[in-house]
Amino acid sequence: MSRLSRLRGRWTIPALIVVLALVAGGVYFTRSGDDPVAVSFKEANIDAPESPDSAQTVTIETRLYLPQQTPAPAIMLAHGFGGSLRSVHTQAEEFARRGFVVLTWSARGFGRSTGQIALNSVDREVRDAQKLLDFLGTRDEVEKDSGGDPRVGVTGASYGGALSLLLAGVDKRVDTIVPVITYNDLAQSLLPNSALATPRADATPSATAFGEDGVFKRSWAGIFFSAGMTSIDLSSPTGDAPEQGQRESNNQQAAVPQQQPGGNSGAQGQQPPTPSLGACGRFTPEVCAAYTEVATTGSASQQTLELLRKSSPVAVTDQIKQPTMLVQGEQDTLFGLDQSDATARQIAAAGAQVKMVWYAGGHDGGNPGTALRGEIADWMDFHLRGKGADPGTGFEYTVQGAFRSSGQPSLRTVVAPSYPGLAQGSSTERKTLKLSGREQVVVNPAGGNPASISNLPGLGSALSRSSAISSRLSLDMPGQAAVFTSEELTSQVLLTGSSTVKLKIARGDQTSGEAILFAKLYDVSADGTRTLPGSIVAPFRVALPPDGSAAEVTVTLPGAVRPVESEHKLALVVSTTDQAFANAEQPAAYRVSLASDELSVPVVPGRNVTEGFPTTALWGIAIALLVLIGSGIVAMFRRRMAQDFDPDLEGVPLVISNLTKAYPGGVKAVTDLSFRVEHGMVLGLLGPNGAGKTTTLRMVMGLIHPSEGHIRVFGHKVTPGAPVLSRIGSFVEGSGFLPHLSGAANLRLYWAATGRPLEEAHVEAALEIAGLGKAVHRRVRTYSQGMRQRLAIAQAMLGLPDLLILDEPANGLDPPQIHQMREVLRRYAAAGRTVVVSSHLLAEVEQTCSHVVVMHKGQLVAAGEVSDIAAGGGEATFRVDSPSKAADVLRGLEGVHDVHEDEDAVHASMNGVPRAAALTALVAAGVAVDSAGPRRRLEDAFLELVGE
Amino acid sequence: MNDNGVHTDPGALNDLTDAAAQQHTKVAPDGSSVGYKARRTLRIRVELQRQIRRRRTQLVLGFLVLLPFILALSFEIGQSDPNRRSGGFVDLATASGINFVVLTLFVSSSFLLPMIVALFFGDTIASEASWSSLKYLLAAPVPRHRLLRQKAISSGILSVFALTLLPAVALGVGVAWYGTGEVVSPTGEAAPFGDGVLAMAFAVIYISINLFWVAGLAMFLSVSTDAPLGAVGGTVLVSIVSQILDQIEPLGDLRNYLPTHYAMAWADLLSTDIDWSEMARGTFSALAYGGIFTLLAARVFKTKDITS
Repeated sequence: MSRLSRLRGRWTIPALIVVLALVAGGVYFTRSGDDPVAVSFKEANIDAPESPDSAQTVTIETRLYLPQQTPAPAIMLAHGFGGSLRSVHTQAEEFARRGFVVLTWSARGFGRSTGQIALNSVDREVRDAQKLLDFLGTRDEVEKDSGGDPRVGVTGASYGGALSLLLAGVDKRVDTIVPVITYNDLAQSLLPNSALATPRADATPSATAFGEDGVFKRSWAGIFFSAGMTSIDLSSPTGDAPEQGQRESNNQQAAVPQQQPGGNSGAQGQQPPTPSLGACGRFTPEVCAAYTEVATTGSASQQTLELLRKSSPVAVTDQIKQPTMLVQGEQDTLFGLDQSDATARQIAAAGAQVKMVWYAGGHDGGNPGTALRGEIADWMDFHLRGKGADPGTGFEYTVQGAFRSSGQPSLRTVVAPSYPGLAQGSSTERKTLKLSGREQVVVNPAGGNPASISNLPGLGSALSRSSAISSRLSLDMPGQAAVFTSEELTSQVLLTGSSTVKLKIARGDQTSGEAILFAKLYDVSADGTRTLPGSIVAPFRVALPPDGSAAEVTVTLPGAVRPVESEHKLALVVSTTDQAFANAEQPAAYRVSLASDELSVPVVPGRNVTEGFPTTALWGIAIALLVLIGSGIVAMFRRRMAQDFDPDLEGVPLVISNLTKAYPGGVKAVTDLSFRVEHGMVLGLLGPNGAGKTTTLRMVMGLIHPSEGHIRVFGHKVTPGAPVLSRIGSFVEGSGFLPHLSGAANLRLYWAATGRPLEEAHVEAALEIAGLGKAVHRRVRTYSQGMRQRLAIAQAMLGLPDLLILDEPANGLDPPQIHQMREVLRRYAAAGRTVVVSSHLLAEVEQTCSHVVVMHKGQLVAAGEVSDIAAGGGEATFRVDSPSKAADVLRGLEGVHDVHEDEDAVHASMNGVPRAAALTALVAAGVAVDSAGPRRRLEDAFLELVGE
Repeated sequence: MNDNGVHTDPGALNDLTDAAAQQHTKVAPDGSSVGYKARRTLRIRVELQRQIRRRRTQLVLGFLVLLPFILALSFEIGQSDPNRRSGGFVDLATASGINFVVLTLFVSSSFLLPMIVALFFGDTIASEASWSSLKYLLAAPVPRHRLLRQKAISSGILSVFALTLLPAVALGVGVAWYGTGEVVSPTGEAAPFGDGVLAMAFAVIYISINLFWVAGLAMFLSVSTDAPLGAVGGTVLVSIVSQILDQIEPLGDLRNYLPTHYAMAWADLLSTDIDWSEMARGTFSALAYGGIFTLLAARVFKTKDITS
């Protein structure tokens, strides 16, 4: 009850409720609309011919996700290698929520689809997809360009991305495509060769040599192949790549489904993994044979290369006219930036719009994150519906800074107006850095073992999140690596794409006819820490002249995005082995030197992507400021209105009317108190401890708000900070000084705080009254209680106030000091001022004051001149030899009553009877009277008054 | 310590009574003594004098001067471990004088800077209450709204001075130790030294604004309690709790409502194309929280019974 009433008194509960309601409303307002809309899907199995002329069919399982409004444009969403329609469930729902009909399916050989994997063969998987286009053309839910031609975009990652390119090349019903982290040429991806004797003239940032007869990317190919064998999805990235503005990873949700074996994750992953079907698994015999050949020999026959190339987008890219957004990962040792670079060049040459996005993920770094998936949906929105802003044909790349908070790197996205080198005449800006280093001999160990390590395919995405491991991962075997170093950079270079360098390779002995070498470009910090951007290496195979002379080749280093800081160096390392590739088996030695000391580094200037103009926040700021200013103005007007003056009381120093102060909990400190203090009085406020004296004085000073009644000082009503308070000097309940300042400094600063002219203060006079001597320059914290007390009284007298209020001024003073103080107060009042003193000591009041107000338990008990109160209402005391006899005599007198006797005195209430008459009576009765007078014992009167 | 020699000279008493007899208070229409003007009470200069002479103010400012030297020395003394986990402002710190400033702000902005602001704002009224000097200021009278405002402004001046002093000294130390090289941002951008200095100036402005919520809360607690430690400690505690909650990922977007959520947004300034959105949100968040607490503080102080 008591707590409640206090809270109610302060308006805290209503205020709290309003604030909570506002906050809850704000939270609800900003978060509403986040609830995901449920998306339904229909499953259907679609039969397609096994091969173009075959009577046999394969069954393709499909799911059709429907948005809330149909008809709508459709998106075909293809899955990655080893996955199934279940692995794209989440993304399909996202597209459906954006208002698209989404068709997902398991490619033949995956999921519950039958048939054998033919690696996106134009005759098989692509035909299947065309069959699905037919299916979409029959659905009423799908918007049509014309009869049987659905409005459709195709997207997918990795294997699915390649399918989208192939389908777009083959079938014009496809309106736009967004291939993600996919290959241009599977032969070049799995058997790359980064060196050419004569460099290509491609002007794009990450154009790679694409030389013939490459080096087998053994680890990745093995992972890929086993994914097809077992349907265990090792090749797809796990989790989402980090994105700009996202401070901590929130990948868990996306990562979990894909980590389930069988690629059957997603909503209903009930199917057991497809049993392995012999050594070839679910691959077609051709694919299986090709893989076996490469895996065992380390090189590919023309037939194999032909097979791979036919299944690659490069076969159809010259046919693609649809607007294309290429998304490639910067953390991708499988399908690097060079693959999308080549696709972009080929599609642009065919006349299609190309937008290029490099994000901070890839097969080693994670799937596109929420923002990038949103960007893909925006692309679809614009190109399928004409909705939203034109996403354009720019080039976006993500720069990963060195800073990691909570394990996630800081990212920024840079936008360039176009992918350089695509348009006629445009080319990539390149910076030239000087490399230095003598000719070095590198040795290939027999069997290619031990091998240098640059990356761990398939584990890369897990590793790249742990900077501690990934930075230590790359390792060059001593004796197997030649190192060429640039000078320290004088300013930052933002490497964006593939650098190139010219090398001379010669036989180091007579055994080797060709060299397999691996080039890497390290960022070396000032303290020697090496970082291999993207953990990518550029393998190359170069034929060596038999005469021992050097072969000169241009090596394209791996495509990467890396800010190389000033004072860092770039180090080109050419090693003979790499764990991830099929190394040369024969022991050999090579001489490696720079053909030219120039390292050509691509840079693509652009603007950082910012979140746009923060309109909402600015409105919020404006509103917050307005509310603050408005509150200030309202408060100012309310203060102006609060003035209250009664001219009749202008000359009266203090009038207290019906003053009540009830504290929370119902305790009343002061009840209905009324009294006046006239000019020139020294008024004593007398009462025992707890009588409400101090509370009353604090209310007079505006420190405590009265519950009822009011106080007027010189006619002005007292409110907190009322100007009239400047005419009061006060000392209430102890001194208040800054302990770190001297007494003199305290008084001066106090007066400065009042803002009044210094000449009004009479600081010196006040200090002399305090009489602290030299102690006045010591810090107050060293003062005794009495010294503080005197200083405080001096402070109260600064400015010679008209009304001086002192609360228990004698406390802590010794008798001579008390005596001096009484003198000060009397004379001060005599000089035309008014003084109010409170005390619980009767003697104090009796000796100091002219008038007294007696309080008890918050109530006025008596008020008047000290002598009147002390006279006790006309009581008299007679000191006599025989009190009992005297009492009898007095009781006999008419009018005298209330007679009582003491040891040597008798007291009586005279009730108008002159003392002289009583004296005469006593003397007549033979009582020896020692003295007679008013009952001069205020203490008795006081005790009587308060009833104790 | 003894009271010997503490006495009032009768002559002094005569002086005083003479002065009192001669001086008659001239009264202004509002009932005040003519020399009194509410708008001249507790001027900023006076309040600053009262605060600057305090040992705690001098110690805090002294420590802020010392901190960059301690950091620089620890980089000198500390062994460079080539295998250490890379990444972070710490690695960037030695790149240039500006990066050293960035590091200094980074390590201090989560705890030290809020604590200093909490100290200046939280201590200001509660300590007056604990010294019992508050009642004399209010009875002088310094109007309550004015006392709160003047105290807030002085604390604000001291806070901004402290927030500027730290990076300024760090800049001096950084330039002396690491030179005037390019500043490297967390996202791997490099900018010339001059741009870096400008960015740091903006960073100080942003941090000052962002800590407004700390100021408001400290002020609110300062008027609600007579214990300076309670006001300062309570504010720091809230700041720490907010930072802990900000680390809890399952809270998701709800963390945007935490007052400390945008504390590090100034790092966006290190970019060539500055993304102002986080900083704008941080400013709004700080103004909203700071405004609410300030209004609460004003209300509580206006209606409070001063019993200290």
